[in-house]
Amino acid sequence: MAHAALSVSEPTAPGSRRWMQPRTGGLALLAGVIVLLPLVMRNNYFYEIAILVALNAIVCVGLNLLIGYAGQISLGHAGFFALGGYGSALLAGTAGWPVWASLPFAVAAVGVLALLVGRPTLRLRGHYLAMATLGLGVIVSIVLSTEDKLTGGPDGLSVPPIVLFGWTVQGEHTWYAIVGAALVGTVWLALNLIESPAGRALRALHGSEVAAQTLGIDAARHKLRVFVISAVLAALAGALMAHYAGFITPAKASFMHSVELVIMVVFGGMASVFGAVVGAAVLTTLPQVLTVLKDYEMMVFGAVLIATMVFLPQGIVPSLQRLFALSRRR
Amino acid sequence: MTVLVIENLGKSFGGVRAMQGVSFQVRRGAVHSIIGPNGAGKTTLLNMLTGLYVPDTGRVLLDGRDLTGLGPHQFAAAGVGRTFQNLQVFFNMSALENVMTGRHLREAASLLACLLRTPSRVRAEAACRDHARELLHRVGLDEWADAAADAMPYGALKRLEIARALAAEPSVLLLDEPAAGLNATEAHEIDALIKRLAGEGVTVVLVEHNMRLVMEVSDHLLVLDHGRKLAEGTPDEVSRNPAVIEAYLGVAEPALEASDA
Repeated sequence: MAHAALSVSEPTAPGSRRWMQPRTGGLALLAGVIVLLPLVMRNNYFYEIAILVALNAIVCVGLNLLIGYAGQISLGHAGFFALGGYGSALLAGTAGWPVWASLPFAVAAVGVLALLVGRPTLRLRGHYLAMATLGLGVIVSIVLSTEDKLTGGPDGLSVPPIVLFGWTVQGEHTWYAIVGAALVGTVWLALNLIESPAGRALRALHGSEVAAQTLGIDAARHKLRVFVISAVLAALAGALMAHYAGFITPAKASFMHSVELVIMVVFGGMASVFGAVVGAAVLTTLPQVLTVLKDYEMMVFGAVLIATMVFLPQGIVPSLQRLFALSRRR
Repeated sequence: MTVLVIENLGKSFGGVRAMQGVSFQVRRGAVHSIIGPNGAGKTTLLNMLTGLYVPDTGRVLLDGRDLTGLGPHQFAAAGVGRTFQNLQVFFNMSALENVMTGRHLREAASLLACLLRTPSRVRAEAACRDHARELLHRVGLDEWADAAADAMPYGALKRLEIARALAAEPSVLLLDEPAAGLNATEAHEIDALIKRLAGEGVTVVLVEHNMRLVMEVSDHLLVLDHGRKLAEGTPDEVSRNPAVIEAYLGVAEPALEASDA
């Protein structure tokens, strides 16, 4: 009887501290920053950077689910990003589809592609996915550059704007709102996933694959699902980017871009949704800030990366969380 | 009633025959122990009973269903649960989350429902949490529920693995040396726990070196030696079996006399 009473009262007890939890508190903080940021953004250049940050953050939140939670590395996410962009651009431009159809179709098609690539490779243990995605990224990059009749080649492709019910989506402020909302939505979905049986299954696979399997967790299936989710988010960000910029080039599919995305995830902190956002924000804005250093830009950029990984080895957010927790305990 | 049937299991690793022609049956609700010297094939057998190894010969049947050749997650889905000799705790989670992960097979959660955190998902999550707390209580780990697994002492982790395996509500629970590395008090807690589980109708297959524990909790013993079945029977029968005494228990007075001489 006593125990029954206890279990009834328990679920309500943590509710009083709900705003203290990283989940709701972090989501509110992120939304607050996005809403308040326009107060300090003086011109369109700031908005451009902020939009770029949000799009990279969307990719990184997905990639972080794969790297930080499923323990798999993708070296081809720039390929998915570019395919989302080119796919929607070609369907909307060349084929004349409305964007409300071309964008979801392109994103879904990338999801199917990820499924086809991931299915055979994720059955194997080890980093075969990294190899397969590396190959895929290179192929996408080459095809986009060489199939110039379709893609415009290295010069790139102009992308029609999004038109909804006769209203053309344009202007930095509108795009900032759209992309900001998309980021909050992505973070919300990622946080939901992590605190669900599916998310626990991923963390379990990372903790002990053998034990996870003996609890009925199908390793290949769970890794594949999160790989597809991460590819879909990359494609979504790529498509939004293409329609926002009105232009896309094969450079978006480059291997370097894939590596940059992985660095953002590791820099911000693996297995941390907010880490992915912070990583994307810092590493997207840092080069813009460092341009004042001209020739020394890359040197300082590299030094910042090295210093961060030396002093905050788990990445910015998890390392700072740990320091904060330690200082409170004292 | 028989729940688990093992027929003629054999397994080789390269030139090493880890197991040859072992057959054995497990009755529902009973505690069966597998004993034998190091290298006798006990863990190899457990690995074949959980799908981690595919046997070269023979079959594994659970409730009459042939599971041979299936993957470990399919063995789990069929109703086989286990713990590990060398801990396989999820050190990246809290104790409670470890046990909640054990509920995986009992949670019918679609990916979409997980992503959208639907109201029914929120309720299921709360129920899962309550169930996990209940299990932690059952193995005596209430106060550790919210502790990070990597901050827990060894003895508690051993019991945490048992709670996690129980969370899946397996028809057969395989315990691989649950008392290894524990002190006498902790080992007594484990044997009280096993007796309690048996009393609740859980079928237990126990691999253990602690003979006091084995003799105390087992209904039936299987003795392995060099990958073969050496003997089988009740603890009494087995402890009187001369072959077992020679190969494993090694109590024999003649040996003592010989050393005296």
